[in-house]
Amino acid sequence: MSVASTETAINTGRITRTFIYLLLILFALFYLLPFGIMVINSVKPLSEITGGNMMSLPQVFTLEPWLKAWNSAQVGVEATGLKPYFWNSLKMVFPAVAISTVLGALNGYVLTKWRFKGDTILFGLMLFACFIPFQIVLIPMARVLGFLGIAGSTPGLVLVHVVYGLGFTTLYFRNYYQVFPTELIRAAQIDGAGFFRIFWRIMLPSSGPIIVVSVIWQFTNIWNDFLFGASFADLDSQPMTVALNNLVSSSTGVKEYNVHFAGAIIAALPTLLVYIVAGRYFVRGLMAGSVKG
Amino acid sequence: MSFLKINNATKSYGSTKVLRNIDIDVEEGEFLVLVGPSGCGKSTLLNMIAGLENITSGTISIKGQTMNGVHPSKRNIAMVFQSYALYPNMTVGQNITFGLEMHGTAKPEREKAMNEVAEMLQIKPLLNRKPGQLSGGQRQRVAMGRALVRDPDVFLFDEPLSNLDAKLRVDMRTEIKKLHQKLGTTIVYVTHDQIEAMTLSTRIAVMNGGYVQQLGTPKEIYDAPANLFVASFMGSPSMNLVPAKVVSNGDGIFAQLSTGLSEQVNLRFSNPTEALKGFDQKEITLGIRPEAITDPEGADRKARHIEQITNRVIVTEPAGSDTYVMSSLGGKDCNARMRADAQVAAGQNVPFAINMDKAIPFDPSSEMRIA
Amino acid sequence: MVDQTTSSVAMAADYATPTAVKPDLRTRLQNLIPKLVLSPSLALILVFVYGFIIFSVYLSFTGSRILPVYDWVGLENYEKLFRLRHWSIAIKNLGIFAGLYIAICTAIGLSLAIFLDQKIRGEGFLRPIFLYPMALSFIVTGTAWKWFLDPGIGLEHTMHLWGWESFQFDWIKNRDFAIYTVVIAAVWQTSGFVMAMFLAGLRGIDNEVLKAAQIDGASNWNMYRRIIIPQLRPAFLSAFVILSHLAIKSYDLVVALTGGGPGRATEVPATFMYSYTFTRNQMGIGASSAVIMLMTIAAIMVPYLYAELREKK
Repeated sequence: MSVASTETAINTGRITRTFIYLLLILFALFYLLPFGIMVINSVKPLSEITGGNMMSLPQVFTLEPWLKAWNSAQVGVEATGLKPYFWNSLKMVFPAVAISTVLGALNGYVLTKWRFKGDTILFGLMLFACFIPFQIVLIPMARVLGFLGIAGSTPGLVLVHVVYGLGFTTLYFRNYYQVFPTELIRAAQIDGAGFFRIFWRIMLPSSGPIIVVSVIWQFTNIWNDFLFGASFADLDSQPMTVALNNLVSSSTGVKEYNVHFAGAIIAALPTLLVYIVAGRYFVRGLMAGSVKG
Repeated sequence: MSFLKINNATKSYGSTKVLRNIDIDVEEGEFLVLVGPSGCGKSTLLNMIAGLENITSGTISIKGQTMNGVHPSKRNIAMVFQSYALYPNMTVGQNITFGLEMHGTAKPEREKAMNEVAEMLQIKPLLNRKPGQLSGGQRQRVAMGRALVRDPDVFLFDEPLSNLDAKLRVDMRTEIKKLHQKLGTTIVYVTHDQIEAMTLSTRIAVMNGGYVQQLGTPKEIYDAPANLFVASFMGSPSMNLVPAKVVSNGDGIFAQLSTGLSEQVNLRFSNPTEALKGFDQKEITLGIRPEAITDPEGADRKARHIEQITNRVIVTEPAGSDTYVMSSLGGKDCNARMRADAQVAAGQNVPFAINMDKAIPFDPSSEMRIA
Repeated sequence: MVDQTTSSVAMAADYATPTAVKPDLRTRLQNLIPKLVLSPSLALILVFVYGFIIFSVYLSFTGSRILPVYDWVGLENYEKLFRLRHWSIAIKNLGIFAGLYIAICTAIGLSLAIFLDQKIRGEGFLRPIFLYPMALSFIVTGTAWKWFLDPGIGLEHTMHLWGWESFQFDWIKNRDFAIYTVVIAAVWQTSGFVMAMFLAGLRGIDNEVLKAAQIDGASNWNMYRRIIIPQLRPAFLSAFVILSHLAIKSYDLVVALTGGGPGRATEVPATFMYSYTFTRNQMGIGASSAVIMLMTIAAIMVPYLYAELREKK
C-alpha cells in the first residue's frame, strides 16, 4: 500500500463527475430528509402538522413539544415525560460501557500478548457470542436475573449489556493489540515489569484510539438497545428507547406528532452527539475491526 | 564451567523441532555472534537465553546458575531488540530507567545511572524527548542505553542494526565494538549479516536448520568452513564451489576440472591432507574464494603454490576498489577478484592466478570439508 | 551504573556445577495471571451465552407454556411451529427482507463508496451525512419513517399539497407492500455503514496497480470490474456477514415502524418469538423459533469466523 496517498489513481471525465456529484447530493438528501423533517416539525404546533405541509418551515416556532416530551408527555401509563427514562438510560449506559471496555481491553491483551494453547478457540467462542440472535437467551436470562435478584433493575440491565458487549470489545482490543509490537512486552518483561504493570504502563497509554472506538461502539449499542430494555426492565429502570416506543405508540388521545418527534430527537441526541464529536475515530477503528474480522 | 553455558538445548513447537541439541559455552567478556539465514533458530536461541521462550529440554546457565524457568527480569540480562522496542509513551530518560524502577532502585540512583549512560552514548540532549521524535540511529542508542544502565551479566542483541541504513549501520557497528572493548561485557549477538558477524565477534556460531553448523573464531569460520553451508554462507561475494575430480601422480594431488575453453586443467593442492588422498579418482566440490583467484600480477606473493590458467571472461563487474571477473570453471560460474586496473573485458581469454593455499575440498555427498 | 544482581552468586571465575533454581513464585504466578484475568469474561460468556443456548434448546423440546416445565415432548414444538401460518409468514417476510436489504445495502454502499473515492470535493462533508443514521436507534429510525411514509400526513400528503394529486405511496398501510417499507428504513439506516466498509477497502488498494492498468489501456469501467471490485472480496464478505446477522436479528425496527402489521403482514421471526413467548405464553414454540434463528445465523457465522481465525495463525 502506498503510504503517500490514499487517493485513487482513477481519473474521471467532466460529464461523469457532474453525474456523480448529482447522485451524491441526491443520496445526501435521502439520508437527511426523514430526520431533518422530524427536526423541523418538532418545533411546529400540532395544528401546523396535521393541517399543513411537513416540508414547510414552521410559521410559529415553539419549543413546547420539546418541553412536553421531556417533562410531561404521557409515557405508558404515567405522564412523566421522557426525563426519568433518560436518566435510567444514563445510569445503565455508563457502568455497562466502562465494565465491558475494561474487560475487553484485558481480554485483548491476554489473547495477543500472553497467548496460550487454545486461546484462538476461546476467542472464537467469545466472538460468536456477538452474533447470536438474542432471542435465544431471553427466556433463561429472565429467569437468571430473577434468581440473582436483579430482575427489572438497572444492575440487571448492566450485567446483560456487559455480557453481550464483551465479544465486541474483546474483538476491538485484540485486533488493535495484535499489531502492537510484542518486542515492547518482551523488553518490559526483561526490565522486570509484570502482567499488570505492562498493561498499565505500556499498553494502556498507547490504547487511546481503540478505547475511543470501544466506548463509542458500546455507548451507541447500549443506548440504542430496545430488546433487552423491553424484556428485562420494569418501570423504574426502563431505558429511553422503550419509553420512546411507548410514547409514540400509545393509542390514547390525540397523536401529538410534534411531541413524538421531539422525543425521538431527544432519544437520538446522545449518540448523535458522540458521533459528531468522535465519529472520525470511530469509523477508522470500526473499519479496522470489521474488515479484518 | 563457563560464564554462559548452553547445554544440549532443544526447542520444539509441538512436533516441529526448531533447535536441536545446541551446545555453546561462552566465556566472560566474549562477543558471540549467532549468524544464519532467517528461520535457522538463532533468534529463538537468544529468546531462550533471555527467558522469553521456554526450553524444551537441556539447560541454559549463567554464572553457574541454571536459568530454566527463571523469569527474564531475574536473569540479570539486558536485551536490545531489532525494533528497539522503546516504550512510545515514555521519554528517553524514562525508557532508560524503567528497568531500574521496576527493580525498586531509588530515584537518585536511577538518575545517576541514567546520566552516566547518557553521557557515554552521547544522548544527554535527548533525555526528555519521546521515541517518536528520534531518528533511527538515536533510537538505537537509547535502546543500548536501556540495556547498559542495568549493568547486566550478559547483553543480548537481536539484529539491532538491521533497521538502519547502510552508512549508519557501519558506524553503529564500530560503536558497538568500541563499547565492548571498553566495558568488556559478555555479549550474545544475533544477526543474519555475515559481515557484522565477522567484524564484531570474538567467536561465531553459524546456524542453519536448528543446528549449530560451526562454532569458531571468525578466522576459523572463514578459512576453514566446516561444510558447504558455512562455506557458501560466510563471505561476500560468496565462495566459488565447483565440481572437480581428484587425480594424483608423483608430483602431488590435483583437482581436475574443465575451463570455459573446454580444456582440462589440473590444479595442485598446496598441502593435501591424508583424507584427501582417499578421494583419489573421486568427485569433490572445490571451494575457492573470489579473492584467491586473481590476475597474475595481483596474486599473493607469499602463497606457497599458485596455479595459472587461461580462461574466457564471461562478464566483468567493476566495483571501484576491485574488479570482479566471471568465468566458467568446472561448468559453473566462477567469480574472481582482480585489481581495479586489471585490463580484462568480456569475451577475452586472460590468465587467472589461483592461490591453491586457499583451495578447500569438500565431500559432495556429506557436504563436509575433507580434512 | 547500578548492580542489579538479585541473587547472591559468588563471583568466582569457575562456576562449578550448575545449581538448579526452581521457577520462583513470581514467575509461576505470572504464568497463571493471564488465564485468571481471562476467566471472568470466559465464565460470563460460557454461562450467559452457551449455557443459555443449551437451556433454550432444551426448552424447545418441552411443553413449556407460561413457565418453563421439563417434560420432554420431542420435536412436537418444531412440528407445530412449521404448521403455523404465522411462522411461515414470518419466514417469508424474513426472506424478502433479508434478500432485499442485503442486496440494496451492498449496491448502494458500493456505489457511494466508488463515487466518494473519485477525489470528491466535500467528501469530508458528505461522509458523515451518509453515516449518521447508523448512530440512531432503530426505534428513532422507525418513528421517523413511520410518519414520513404515512399517507395521511407524510410524503403522499405532501405531494398532494404540492399539486401532484395522483401520487400514491401507501405501502406502509398495505398488507402486500408493508414489508418493503421495513426494507427502505433499514437500508436508510445501514447503507452508509456499508459504504464506509467499502471505502476503507478501496483506500487499501495499491494505486500502482491501477496506474499499471491505466498504462495497459484499461477503461475506468474495466478497471473497476476487473481489478478493483475483485480486490474488495473481504469487504463484500464482511458486509454480507454483518448485514445478514442484522437482518435475522432485526426486531426493534419492525416494532417501531409497523408493529408487525398491518395485521401480521410484517411479522418476522424475531417478533414472532417475542410474541409467542411473552404474550401468547407458548414458551416451547417460542424457544424452538429462537433455535431456528440461531441455527440460521450459525450457518453463516461459523464458517466465516473459522476462516477468519485460521488465517490469522
